[in-house]
Amino acid sequence: MKNVKVYSTPTCPYCIRLKQFLKESNVVFEDIDVSVNRAAADEIVDRTGQMGVPVIDIEGELIVGFDRERVKQALGLV
Amino acid sequence: MKQADLLIIGGGPAGVTAAIYAARKGLDFMMISRDIGGQAALSGRIENYTGCQVVSGPELTARFEEHLKKFSIRLVQPETALSLTRDGGRFRVSGEKDAYSASAVIVATGKRSRLLGVKGEKEFLGRGLTYCAVCDGPLFAGRDVAVIGGGNSALDAALQMSRIASRVYVLESSGGFTADKILVNRLSAAGNVEIYKNASVIEVIGGRFVEGIRFSAQGKESILPVRGVFVEIGLAPNSEFAAIASRNGKGEIKVDCSNGTDVPGLFAAGDVTDVPEKQIVIAAGDGAKAALSAARYLLSL
Repeated sequence: MKNVKVYSTPTCPYCIRLKQFLKESNVVFEDIDVSVNRAAADEIVDRTGQMGVPVIDIEGELIVGFDRERVKQALGLV
Repeated sequence: MKQADLLIIGGGPAGVTAAIYAARKGLDFMMISRDIGGQAALSGRIENYTGCQVVSGPELTARFEEHLKKFSIRLVQPETALSLTRDGGRFRVSGEKDAYSASAVIVATGKRSRLLGVKGEKEFLGRGLTYCAVCDGPLFAGRDVAVIGGGNSALDAALQMSRIASRVYVLESSGGFTADKILVNRLSAAGNVEIYKNASVIEVIGGRFVEGIRFSAQGKESILPVRGVFVEIGLAPNSEFAAIASRNGKGEIKVDCSNGTDVPGLFAAGDVTDVPEKQIVIAAGDGAKAALSAARYLLSL
């Protein structure tokens, strides 16, 4: 199983949709709420060079936003 | 080229409802859409959709999707329509992925955030500039930010940010807020908000991330050092590809009370049309009307 982390905020609709999609696809992931975890927020901004959520980290590959096709590909779900 | 009697373009409340009605009528139809849910998927709390006392945008979208997929529908998603032409009684739609041909078309492509149209806007999108305060707001906790706009969504964003940001500047361009009074009062009561009226943004500046905005107010240019820029200046209709139909000054497709346009066989529904109110329940209702009108039109051929 791949190591998957989702950086999200509780109010962000795309974060909710991304997590819904992962659950439906039976993907286990760690959910990091960057609205309360300042260090994690700074970390993803620094690593992605972007100030946006959701960010999904699939074995070190970072995808900003909910891009269903790219997420599928990175997870090997295609 | 894919063929059907009816092509529905768009997957928000209007498009999904049109598809459900078309499926139940047994029409030969296809649906193409960038996403399911449209703008409704981006709403925080929805408290005025009949039958749902409180529902979030993503929850309502999930229900739409579930309802839609109860039927076996020919859905191409994500797909974006680029042009719509009519030739010999049939419509032809070119999309990013494929081309489509149909005897009737329902345009339900909704609206998108309006752009500021200033230097630096595209460059800093996602690097401090955002059109979705509800999404990215928490990343700016403890920072100084600017909200551009004077309507309900701008003041909503400003109030949300005033609770977590250090300082919030609100720049509006028309000399007064068009937002509801209750929001204007709340904003005046917030201690860390500074308001600039009649202000127009000239440029978003920065390096790797946003570092400020240059703007003019009362004939004077200034720079505000901010890390976040929240653009909330309203919505523009996704109607450019459908220029064969008459549109009003805002670019909205003109429809009659049956959701017909001035092109026979071409219907439109939801926020892309000139219907006076933009509401989820209204878009859904208009989607139903458009599908029934299209069914009647197809029978008459």
